[in-house]
Amino acid sequence: MCKNSLSPALADKFAALEAYIADLNITRDDARRRGRLIQVLHRAQQIFGYLPREVQCFVAEKMYLQEADVSGVVSFYNYFTTKPKGKYCINVCLGTACYVKGAEKVLSEIERVLGVKADTNPTEDGLFSVSALRCVGACGLAPVVMVNEKVYGKVTPAMAVEIINEYKQRG
Amino acid sequence: MEKILSREALCSAYEHCKGMLALRCSAPHDIQSAKKDILCCGGTGCHASNSKELMDNLRNLIREKGLEDDVRVIQTGCFGFCAAGPIVKVMPDNVFYTQVMPEDAVEIVEKHIVGKELVERLLYVEPLLNERLHDYAKMSFYAKQQRIALRNCGLIDPESIEEYIAHDGYQALAKCIFEMTPADVVKTVLDSGLRGRGGAGFPTGRKWDIAAKVNAPEKYIVCNADEGDPGAFMDRSIMEGDPHSVIEAMTIGAYAIGAHQGLVYIRAEYPLAVSRLQKAIDDARATGLLGNNIFGSDFNFDIEIKLGAGAFVCGEETALIHSMEGQRGEPTTKPPFPAVSGYWEMSTNVNNVETYANVPQILLKGAEWYSSIGTADSKGTKVFALAGQVNNVGLVEVPMGTTLREIIYEIGGGISGGREFKAVQTGGPSGGCITKENLDLPIDYANLGKIGSMMGSGGMIVLSDQDCMVAMAKFYLGFTVDESCGKCTPCRIGTRRMLEMLEKICDGNGTMEMLDDLERLAETIRDTALCGLGQTAPNPILSTLRFFRDEYVAHVRDKKCPAGTCQKLYQLTITDACIGCTKCARHCPVDAIRGEIKKLHVIDQSKCIKCGACIENCPKNAIVKE
Repeated sequence: MCKNSLSPALADKFAALEAYIADLNITRDDARRRGRLIQVLHRAQQIFGYLPREVQCFVAEKMYLQEADVSGVVSFYNYFTTKPKGKYCINVCLGTACYVKGAEKVLSEIERVLGVKADTNPTEDGLFSVSALRCVGACGLAPVVMVNEKVYGKVTPAMAVEIINEYKQRG
Repeated sequence: MEKILSREALCSAYEHCKGMLALRCSAPHDIQSAKKDILCCGGTGCHASNSKELMDNLRNLIREKGLEDDVRVIQTGCFGFCAAGPIVKVMPDNVFYTQVMPEDAVEIVEKHIVGKELVERLLYVEPLLNERLHDYAKMSFYAKQQRIALRNCGLIDPESIEEYIAHDGYQALAKCIFEMTPADVVKTVLDSGLRGRGGAGFPTGRKWDIAAKVNAPEKYIVCNADEGDPGAFMDRSIMEGDPHSVIEAMTIGAYAIGAHQGLVYIRAEYPLAVSRLQKAIDDARATGLLGNNIFGSDFNFDIEIKLGAGAFVCGEETALIHSMEGQRGEPTTKPPFPAVSGYWEMSTNVNNVETYANVPQILLKGAEWYSSIGTADSKGTKVFALAGQVNNVGLVEVPMGTTLREIIYEIGGGISGGREFKAVQTGGPSGGCITKENLDLPIDYANLGKIGSMMGSGGMIVLSDQDCMVAMAKFYLGFTVDESCGKCTPCRIGTRRMLEMLEKICDGNGTMEMLDDLERLAETIRDTALCGLGQTAPNPILSTLRFFRDEYVAHVRDKKCPAGTCQKLYQLTITDACIGCTKCARHCPVDAIRGEIKKLHVIDQSKCIKCGACIENCPKNAIVKE
């Protein structure tokens, strides 16, 4: 068990994840238990916001898997992150349709204004993290920027700054 | 809805439900009709433009006016015309409103619904005629389309199994189970000529035939909904707009090959598609159309959703299967083919979403009907995601054999901003470009292959004279390098070397020998990579080198980017046309522009980041790229 003494909030999160895994009725002799791994990791990332080593260990233990197997899956897929995200995740679509419509300029303006690079750490105040993603399938609105779940279409570099300011004011 | 436990029960369910679509399927009436269906697009694109709020506003207003018995507000799937979203269509009037904002709800209700008058300002303006059209059938965007896979998108409420049944839903499945043997079903699909719509175009019937003949203790039927090609969104729209057609088709496929469990592998980036599909699966199960004893027969089948986690390579079927097993999504060599050893080493049949969406119609209308559409080697229709520098961005479904000119200039309304057409990139990161010379080529699998491109999943990115082909090749290579799983050396290292060369060329550090090296390396990777991702990764380079070699040469020899895209190869300078309005200086984000009011301004090249903000704001077009 790599979980040490935990804050109550964190303990609740582990409890929620444990309950989710328990519902799947995974047993040690089920040769196909690994088939549930990606679904469990999605849930874990929903609960914790990211997948630090402690969470990966926990998942491995509860699913009777090797820690290396879990870590191998987490590192393979873009969707899983081992770093915490900002309160507002700004995702700039760099799919082809958005690229052709100037998404790179939007991304570099966002990086410049916030002073962080895409797919690195969040801003110092913890408010924003920036990522580039590949196609959300809203090509009619290219270039597309997502802030958490909210989609903004036909974004220009100037609009991107306005969007950031709007979230800054919300705090 | 009550359980449907026999074919007769389906027929009576149909009789019971068909009235729901009466307003939508009848001939256009006069605007005076009191009963109306207001259809609002609920696809991802229109959702992003606040179509949900618009629907709420419409519903509230209808209720306030006490019209809720006569007027229904219905959320449908994607209409395909994403450029003009959010879309509202009023039936039976057949009136098509575009770019409707939430606050426009008042005018639609008061003027159109109550006042029986058109809201002129929201009507679509046909660019070719420069005229406001209210009849959707007359729009050039729709006139040439033939909708089979998208037949229900923009027509029915995707969250209502009743509306699907009202439009012949689950009739094809009933026909299979009660009138046909599994071998008959395979033969019909084989005879229809349907080929895989996900990329390679393998005949679907042949795939089913192989899987049906395998003797295995368990069989699986899988829907590949890992639509990874950036710029293609037809699979998302089908799942969001018509999820039951995918379920029905998978059930038919399961019956044909003898499977009892189905899996849909879907991208986690498509939350709306996941929730609509899940609701459809739950509803089908509750109605007895999934689960044990479907239609009261002895056929059992159920479907489970498996989420992807953001890896393009998982669109390759062996990688997809490994991902469903909770492993890294790395491909393995074929044979063994999944039909022999796939999910948990059992016989597995994988087809793509759009392929499935065609199946119920083929079974209902017959192989002959389907194979009468299209060309000699490519039957039926294909959905293309038209995007890039084109006026009508959206989803279009046309018979195979339609020319690019028809798609881009008639349906697509031409190049945006009146620019000149340069090329179309089809097949995404695995495809190639098609130039002006081939605009009149009928599009099918064979013809696209002949000119070094491929059908792929149907992404169609239109490029104008302002797009640099070398930069496009670099963009796609950047994508493949990111998405290479790393298992085989040609793809892991080879694509990276190619990307480095392209970066040097775009930065003005390329050599002429590099072009030959690039070509040789590309051919080697194509011949030696393990899976489709690596084998097709060089296509964007080979195809741009073939058709646009002069652009590469301009970058290398003249250190110039003819399209003005590659930042290192141009400077921004202010010409004498400058009137000293100071606008550029005020908009420059890095304070690189100096100059006094009413005097010529100058750009400090050491500070300039070439963002182009000055160009956009200059009232005199005095700033040029050199």
